[in-house]
Amino acid sequence: MQLPILSLLILLPLAGVVVLIFMNREDDKRLKLFTLAVMVAEFLLSLPLWFRFDDSNPGMQFVERYNWLPQYGISYFVGVDGFSILLVMLTTFLGPMAVLATWEDIKDRVKEFMICLLALSSGMIGVFVALDLFLFYVFWEVMLIPMYLLIGIWGNPARRVYAAIKFFLYTMFGSLLMLVAILVLYFYGGKVTGTYTFDLLKLYGLNIPFKMQFWMFLAFGLAFAIKVPMFPFHTWLPDAHTEAPTVGSVILAAVLLKMGTYGFLRFNMPLFPQAALYFVPLFSILAIIGIIYGALVSMVQKDLKRLVAFSSVSHLGFVMLGLFTYNVQGIQGGIIQMINHGLSTGALFFCVGCLYERRHTRMIADFGGIATVMPVFATIFMIVTLSSIGLPGLNGFIGEFLILLGTFKENKIYAALAGTGVIFAACYMLWMFQRAIFGEVDKEENRQLTDLSAREIAVFAPILLFIVWIGVYPNTFLNKTRATTEHFVALMEKAKATQVTSLSHVFKGEAQ
Amino acid sequence: MSLTIPTFSLASIGPWLTLSVAAIGILVWDALSRERPAAVPAVTLAALVIAAVQSLTFLGKKGTDFAGMVYVDGFTALAYLILILGAALTIFLSWRYLEEYGKNLSEYYALLLFATTGMMIMVAGAHLIMIFLGLEVMSIAVYVLAGFLREDLKSNEAAMKYLVLGAFSSAILLFGMALVYGAAGGTLYLNDLARKLMLTAPQNKPLIILGLGLIVVGFGFKVAAVPFHMWTPDVYEGAPTSVTAYMAVAVKAAAVATFARVLFVSFPGFLTDWSQLLWGLAVATMTLGNVVAIAQTNIKRMLAYSSIAHAGYLLVGLVAANQLAAMGILYYLLAYTLMNIGAFAAVMLVSRTQDRYLNIYDYCGLARQHPGLAAAMSVFMFALAGMPPTAGFVGKLYIFAAAVQAGYIWLVILAVMNSLVSVYYYLRITVLMYMRPAEADLGPVSFTPAVTATLAATALAVVLVGIFPGWFFDLAAASVKIFSL
Repeated sequence: MQLPILSLLILLPLAGVVVLIFMNREDDKRLKLFTLAVMVAEFLLSLPLWFRFDDSNPGMQFVERYNWLPQYGISYFVGVDGFSILLVMLTTFLGPMAVLATWEDIKDRVKEFMICLLALSSGMIGVFVALDLFLFYVFWEVMLIPMYLLIGIWGNPARRVYAAIKFFLYTMFGSLLMLVAILVLYFYGGKVTGTYTFDLLKLYGLNIPFKMQFWMFLAFGLAFAIKVPMFPFHTWLPDAHTEAPTVGSVILAAVLLKMGTYGFLRFNMPLFPQAALYFVPLFSILAIIGIIYGALVSMVQKDLKRLVAFSSVSHLGFVMLGLFTYNVQGIQGGIIQMINHGLSTGALFFCVGCLYERRHTRMIADFGGIATVMPVFATIFMIVTLSSIGLPGLNGFIGEFLILLGTFKENKIYAALAGTGVIFAACYMLWMFQRAIFGEVDKEENRQLTDLSAREIAVFAPILLFIVWIGVYPNTFLNKTRATTEHFVALMEKAKATQVTSLSHVFKGEAQ
Repeated sequence: MSLTIPTFSLASIGPWLTLSVAAIGILVWDALSRERPAAVPAVTLAALVIAAVQSLTFLGKKGTDFAGMVYVDGFTALAYLILILGAALTIFLSWRYLEEYGKNLSEYYALLLFATTGMMIMVAGAHLIMIFLGLEVMSIAVYVLAGFLREDLKSNEAAMKYLVLGAFSSAILLFGMALVYGAAGGTLYLNDLARKLMLTAPQNKPLIILGLGLIVVGFGFKVAAVPFHMWTPDVYEGAPTSVTAYMAVAVKAAAVATFARVLFVSFPGFLTDWSQLLWGLAVATMTLGNVVAIAQTNIKRMLAYSSIAHAGYLLVGLVAANQLAAMGILYYLLAYTLMNIGAFAAVMLVSRTQDRYLNIYDYCGLARQHPGLAAAMSVFMFALAGMPPTAGFVGKLYIFAAAVQAGYIWLVILAVMNSLVSVYYYLRITVLMYMRPAEADLGPVSFTPAVTATLAATALAVVLVGIFPGWFFDLAAASVKIFSL
């Protein structure tokens, strides 16, 4: 019998939580070391997933299925395919680094913090591997609670509660409408096929009438669009990012936002293909607005963290644009860009965290000339910044290039507009970098800053490795996603045969 | 004229007998002994356990007894068990609390048993008069319980308000029954009503609808549906906290279960009429309960409005009126009993002694001082808000699913949006506990064993029943087969 890796990945952090509950709350070092050990074990456990993953199989692998509520067609059903494997790996990969980054940052209520962190990573894995709509929804909601606590308890004292509640309610709003859509889908599926089930793979094949697809796509889409976040549902993000502790921002940016884009790919598009085709212009335009708007707003930020947060809106716009091309380049670019954004924005938040720990400010104006006092940090920050801009040879370039390539094939205007985002990215990132890192050390407080410690370098080193790896040889990663993407693109091609271009005749029946 | 005595089996009303005999026994025992008998709570619990065991024998049965006056079936059994669970958990919360006021009297336990008996009569009643009798037995006992703290003005106010409005609503309910009796041509048996009302519907439709409407008003009062909810906040706030917990879970459970039975069994022919009516009531109840709860700063009042909102969700189940809905209502009542009693247990602990700290700002910084208590309270808050993986989520899911199945998509959308509103005020408690520093030193919480055990057990149960809902699903699904929905 094969080892149930996915279940272990979900359960291991929960087991860690149980142990943590019984540990002494005074002994901070021990709590952190233990959590680190669990996260490292989690990462090691996920490695066989990567190595034993069959690149040529477009379907689900490492599938596990147990009855949960068979009367209702609910099962514990998990698996990974090309869409989710990279995201699962990203989650487990960032785990140990997240713990390392809390070493100096979190001093208060360490026990609770570590419990939240472990619960969160279990929930995130669950979201990416769940193949049963009910199970997915449970994970999707459950992981709100630890994130909410992370922001609300350990965030910036001034506005953390506001940010935490805004994050929670905003996300909940979308997901509750999705719950209604899930139920509608469930009963529709049951009525048509005769078997009531929440099994996603069985629901894929349903031929749902367009009118229903239209509303369902919007209901699911709203939940995911809020999570991504797409313009104009992005307003929770800058607050949540800015107020969260460093690790919270890292996880939020690196993994949580990907749940939105992943949701589109896993649920919206295959479940409602006709509606997905119909909504291409709307979502592409929103994505482009997000790209440009996010970039422009980043440019005028005074706060480093807010700047990075708005740059996320811009980067995620690229991902969405790529996914909505429905061609291999666009979607593969979108997936790889999810990982890129996770790595580089995660690293950017770590960088901001390093500065904040030393100076207790995040205002760009308070820095300047950091390169002379912290050369190692400045180098790392530079690489990460360039990766975020999309410099060839680093990871960001691969993702953006593939996305623009895919978009160009479908719509040249979209591609041209999105291309400006790359230029803007260079503007806001480099300008920020110039003001904060280069120049003279003109603030007395900045003269005594210490450079990165070994621990901090240990946080950055693995991320930098992958930033370069993806930039130089992306095929290692693209190969994992290719088969699934090709399968998916073929599916969408088939749906194009019955594409609906005008709503007038679809909704006409209603008025009469 | 010969008088035939119908055959009957006392076992069919076994739980009623156990509880009422125990209640009378407690009263007599108290009257005959010099000292206050200390073992009364234990005896009460023992009686409840026996009644629970007796109820178990009804599972899987189907039929009536006492000349068609009493239902003996699985639905009754599950409702009994939920009521007994509510009563038993209430007793665990009670004795220490009453001692604080010097009011740990045997009458309290006797009244609690009488109230529970009344509820059982209600949910098992196969005849409208039985239901009315049960309702009155329950109500009168609860009126007294609400005013149990005689010297306390608020408790007096609660009892008075509840009594006056309760009596009024009973009268309305009775009037409704009378109209239905007339319209049906002289029957009050639930089973017969369905058939006879269909026959007389062509001539008597207005009369039937009027009677039905009045019955809805009567039950609406007991479940605290808007606009018949006015008493709820004041009564919940003023009544002793243990009684508030009992009212919030058991009274509501009994009323909802009976309401469901009456509607599903006697009025299936008028489904379109009452489901429209309840649609409006459900939306009004959920919305008002949730919106007004946001403005509350007294935790008992907040939970009162939250209980109004939960009545609204239960009404959604009644509107849906299918097998899934009936099952969902039972599950929801179980979940609601667990999470609400748990929440009140936490409220009791936080209030220290004699309800001193009931303001929500007294919860500030609780997580630092008492992490376990704060964690348990958070579980209940998230459960009441309907977050997975708690029983609160599964309960809502069943009911919403039933409504989707019945085609009430808009009702479900309104219901989930209401859940969103409710998240705000439940979340606020967690914000205060975890994210705000304590405003003043309120002194240590004294963890009394009974209340602490209740807290821990309910917190655990809320999560476990949420993760493993299957076993109850089977029981409930089998028991609601009696409804031909």
